[in-house]
Amino acid sequence: MKMKLATWATAALMAASPVMADLVMPSLSYRTGPYAVGGIPLADGYADYFTLLNERDGGIGGVPVRVLECETAYNTEKGVECYESTKAEGSLVYQPFSTGITYQLIPKVTADGIALHTMGYGRTSAANGKVFSNVFNYPTNYWDAASVAVNYLLDENGGDLNGHKIALVYHNSAYGKEPIRTLEGLSEKHGFELSLIPVDHPGQEQKSQWLQIRRDKPDTVLMWGWGVMNQVAVQEAANIRFPMENFIGAWWSGAEADVIPAGAAADGYKALTMNGVGRDYPIYDDIQKYVVDAGKAAGAGDQIGTVLYNRTIYAAFLAHMAILKAQEIHGVADITQAMMIDGMENLEITEEMMAEYGMPNFGPAFSVSCENHGGPGVGAVTQWDAAAGEWKQITDFAPSDKEIINPLIEEDSMAFASENNIELRCN
Amino acid sequence: MPEQLAFTIEVFLNGLMAGVLYALVALGFVLIYKASGIFNYAQGVMALFAALTLVGVMEGQVPFAHLINAIFGTEIHHFGWHVPAFAAIFVTMCIMVLFSWLVQRFIFRYLVGQEPIILFMATIGLAYFLEGVGDLMWGSDIKTLDVGLPQGINTWLDETTFNALGYGFFIDNLDIVASLVAALLVAGLVIFAQYTKQGRAMRAVADDHQAALSVGVSLNFIWILVWSLAGFVALVAGIMWGAKSGVQFSLSLIALKALPVLMLGGFTSIPGAIVGGLIIGVGEKLFEFLIGAPYLGGATENWFAYMLALIFLVFRPQGLFGEKIIERV
Repeated sequence: MKMKLATWATAALMAASPVMADLVMPSLSYRTGPYAVGGIPLADGYADYFTLLNERDGGIGGVPVRVLECETAYNTEKGVECYESTKAEGSLVYQPFSTGITYQLIPKVTADGIALHTMGYGRTSAANGKVFSNVFNYPTNYWDAASVAVNYLLDENGGDLNGHKIALVYHNSAYGKEPIRTLEGLSEKHGFELSLIPVDHPGQEQKSQWLQIRRDKPDTVLMWGWGVMNQVAVQEAANIRFPMENFIGAWWSGAEADVIPAGAAADGYKALTMNGVGRDYPIYDDIQKYVVDAGKAAGAGDQIGTVLYNRTIYAAFLAHMAILKAQEIHGVADITQAMMIDGMENLEITEEMMAEYGMPNFGPAFSVSCENHGGPGVGAVTQWDAAAGEWKQITDFAPSDKEIINPLIEEDSMAFASENNIELRCN
Repeated sequence: MPEQLAFTIEVFLNGLMAGVLYALVALGFVLIYKASGIFNYAQGVMALFAALTLVGVMEGQVPFAHLINAIFGTEIHHFGWHVPAFAAIFVTMCIMVLFSWLVQRFIFRYLVGQEPIILFMATIGLAYFLEGVGDLMWGSDIKTLDVGLPQGINTWLDETTFNALGYGFFIDNLDIVASLVAALLVAGLVIFAQYTKQGRAMRAVADDHQAALSVGVSLNFIWILVWSLAGFVALVAGIMWGAKSGVQFSLSLIALKALPVLMLGGFTSIPGAIVGGLIIGVGEKLFEFLIGAPYLGGATENWFAYMLALIFLVFRPQGLFGEKIIERV
């Protein structure tokens, strides 16, 4: 009887207690639809990281993390619906992994006072924190990617690209068109010849584009692709016998799924990256132990160490560090949406922090400020080893050409500020 | 030979090959529309489902593994065997026949006599349902489809044209195989329709449902037969397209490539699907090469295919080979 009473008393106490605080991390995922191949590892990595924190550390600063997953199917309208349906839950930061959704969310997050982090995608000029108060795209962006690729080519060609022919094969969308202005600027500066070859969504059929490449014989092909466009492009490049070592994809064109269908023919294909590749990091031992083996993985647990899984592990790590910073600044564990923005704006990532959390050299060390929401703008080059079935990082993280990129960011962001009557911050 | 002329011939040939691949998808639409008057929105998803099933069977993947594991806490994914391509194609075809029976038994049996728009809406529902089932059954990850088809440049043609013309033409071996398969498929379908009892019954149903019923043709059987044939065509299209890009959910979007072919060739003609495919393939590739890429910034193929089809529609609303609809008022 006493036992029963005690049980009832405990239950009543729990019911009467205030709702346990949690840190809400929305995940606008796309596990279905034409871009599911990329969306699944992205969603798995993001969820598994926070599950690890809950299981191993009891959350962040003692507060558990609640991942709110909402399926967008990579559809912009659905992405906006997901945002509207989750923002009232206290969502701390949105990372939609879609440039289309990002463009729609920029005015919304600004009005609602919520942070938007678009790591290596989205609106590049959001790097200007004086204009974009709620949007962050550290540690790097599309324009940095274009410049990093050209810098790599400069290194490979003894610092001289005069007369070099570069073809940009790009997804004919806002995302795919992002690097064009930068490449045009770099073309003027370094004297290479740039040709633009668009591919319409979804990119299942690219015969015309690759016949054009076969006729034009560019020295290098850069690719800004996503989804099925990547796999078809790699296969078509192999079909026309384009040298794979001269074919470089952006960081959204360099996952395992992009090269495996072409088999051995994809060997040597290169792609940019903003984060470490492979699963040789201590954090993955913990994820295996606390998440996968415990049956708490978001997916089948088979994506660990893949390029896109690593990318959202990195994205979640950066969000984790920003939450810690916000908790430190405000002295509370259960932070608000406004505090999260403070945490992101004062974020500093060091080598020691990455090592402490089992991710040594996973990305660059950098800091964010009120003016600079874009971070250092660095990238590295990876290469596919078909025999080993893995990506290998072949360069260190190297900086982009700020002489070209910063004026472009300034020009674009100021135009946005002028169109939208935005008062500049950080004075 | 002048370089520009050589390039144009190469683009023309590749347009023909691309057209064959479009026609492969369009054929499935035509078969069902001709026999039942249903515009099957699910045809692209059927190609995806068939390709997913083929890879799943070949690789010995356990269907619904994620669901089974989630419910029972097991960790099963593979049976541990690999099935040869021909056997896997046969098994997949059996599954497509079963699918056809299920579609007929649980959907269209209850919709006989309904307006075409109702039947069309039913196929939209079917498309999304089948996509979901495919996802649940085989997973959403990309799968490599290797049934032994050759890929890459045809070196014989490359060398021969180079020696003769000074410029080696590019033709993908996979496209050549696809053309041969398409020719065999069309010949097979024509022979089936002309010289077999079931084929004649199918044509009778296509001509007039009521008349066919009155002479003892089973509408139910014929519709299952037609959906099975469309399933087979979807499997062939899924193999050809899946070999190019891997099997993934965007494969269902190949249906978008078939629509202008149908508009142009007519919804009721098998030769129309082939000729329409060739015209669309050649038209869009030549337009992209001669006008699109040099003057319009490229990526014109998608919209040009529809524009070309619309132009044809203005002069022949029933399509090149479609039946002219004459209704008395």
